Amino acid sequence: MANMVRRRSTSARLWRFGLYALLIVAALVYLLPLVVMILTSLKPLEEIRAGALLSLPSTISFEAWIKAWSTACTGMRCNGMSGYFLNSIAIVVPAVAISTFVGALNGYALTKWRFRGANLCFALLLFGCFVPFQVVLMPMARTLGWLGMASSTTGLVLVHVVYGIAFTTLFFRNYYVSVPDEMIAAAKLDGAGFWRIFWRILLPVSGPIITVSVIWQFTQIWNDFLFGVSFAGFDSQPVTVALNNLVNTSTGVKEYNVDMAAALIAALPTLVVYVLAGKYFVRGLTAGSVKG
Amino acid sequence: MSPHVSSPRVGGKGRRRSLAGQVERFLPRLVVAPSLAVALFFVYGYMLWTFVLSLTDSRMLPQYDFVGFAQYARLFANERWNVAATNLVVFGGLFIVSCLVIGLLLAIFLDQRIRQEGALRTIYLYPMALSLIVTGVVWRWLLNPGLGIQALVRSWGFEDFTFNWLVDSDMAIYTLVIAAVWQASGFVMALFLAGLRGIDDSLFQAAALDGASLPRIYLRIVLPSLRPVVFSAVMILAHIAIKSFDLVMALTGGGPGYATDLPATFMYAHTFTRGQIGLGSASAIMMLCGVLAILVPYLYSELRGQRNG
Repeated sequence: MANMVRRRSTSARLWRFGLYALLIVAALVYLLPLVVMILTSLKPLEEIRAGALLSLPSTISFEAWIKAWSTACTGMRCNGMSGYFLNSIAIVVPAVAISTFVGALNGYALTKWRFRGANLCFALLLFGCFVPFQVVLMPMARTLGWLGMASSTTGLVLVHVVYGIAFTTLFFRNYYVSVPDEMIAAAKLDGAGFWRIFWRILLPVSGPIITVSVIWQFTQIWNDFLFGVSFAGFDSQPVTVALNNLVNTSTGVKEYNVDMAAALIAALPTLVVYVLAGKYFVRGLTAGSVKG
Repeated sequence: MSPHVSSPRVGGKGRRRSLAGQVERFLPRLVVAPSLAVALFFVYGYMLWTFVLSLTDSRMLPQYDFVGFAQYARLFANERWNVAATNLVVFGGLFIVSCLVIGLLLAIFLDQRIRQEGALRTIYLYPMALSLIVTGVVWRWLLNPGLGIQALVRSWGFEDFTFNWLVDSDMAIYTLVIAAVWQASGFVMALFLAGLRGIDDSLFQAAALDGASLPRIYLRIVLPSLRPVVFSAVMILAHIAIKSFDLVMALTGGGPGYATDLPATFMYAHTFTRGQIGLGSASAIMMLCGVLAILVPYLYSELRGQRNG
């Protein structure tokens, strides 16, 4: 688009120059917090107290990282982030797998077997994308208590599956709508049933939307704080809750380098996913909006 | 959100129905049923439950002595709630407008055949992949007057430079705006960029042939055709703003005092730490009303737009 900038007059050149300058400055602003985080996590504490936010560390030290991982205090305990990191993995893996699978089945049943009331079903499910979770916190806390799942990672898996299904169903439904119905009709004539069509026809073409759904659910659940802080016990806290506790633990000296290393540890998994599969990440973000 | 009704019904009718066929016929419904049951209980049931709790005198534990709408009256008379609600309007308004302006400008600039566009896009968008807790922790460090940006600029020789909003109860709410805009504006950029790419090139060429200038083309042709994107962006951003909880917890903790409380933190504090479940539930219901107030007009216009083609 915008190919009217063909003439290379002086003013056009100036405009291009200004454009690039602006975009690069903006990029630096967006990068600044990440750069400061990395620099601070590699500096010894004395250097941080001396100021100079942006100066390079005189010697690179990974001590803060090691401390954040294994011995930093989060509240009353001083075992670092490692255990909570594993908690997050134990929550994320089953929750992502289950919610994606259920979303795929829902999307399939709602688009390729349009029973009466299918649209109403979808509309009812969809509202789960919008409900402010504050409305469900107290009842959920009671329910988890009755189920004996309070303060466990199993409870958090349940919570994330329950409120993730709305999104995954939306993703898969919008994707399967565009799979030609003729393919399904032909398979039915050949005698293929519900499950066979799902495994043999729909799933093989679902690669991209599975990626979108997995990435979306992964980032949502990994980054969740509200459910974690509301429902987790000391032993089942996810990494975000531990990070918040670590930063707010006010015993002894404030160790900014350890704080930053811990923040980076909490951020790394989603950052890696974003860098590796950014395209799908964007698609997930925009799935519910532009395309609707 | 586009009920797609034109596809032909396939299978079913006019075939002999064995028992297996009967099961097969109900299978799609059986597959969707658990999810629907889950939604009915965990979303709609809980909404009702919280509403019921908001009509009771529950304190440390839920109990069911009904007091009518007394909790709502208490809520509206509560100074801290009024601060939280006002904060949401200020924070939400500034957050949405800033994200829209920055996102739109970045998208338009990126759409000028920029070299390394992919790399720049990646940089603008990466904060969206972070947890708001991480964002809060980082910005709390950057905005720390003693060691953060204020100290940095002072060390450059501007001794009088002051940027201590984090500890200033009148200004602290704006630190939330800064961090939230940093996190979400790249996302709005991505939305707008997708919208811009969807505009027909010939529109541009025709307008350029007519001698329209670039800014004029953007104002008169591009912006109006981006209206649906603006609409969705506002919807999503407003939703983020109403739900904002993590950021406040990590960046300001609601402080100084309760100067940066938002409804989400108010609700959490009263329900889980202050033993005021009835009042907390009433505030949760008010948040739901806020979301509905945005959602219903949005869905209405979406559906109407579809019906009109």
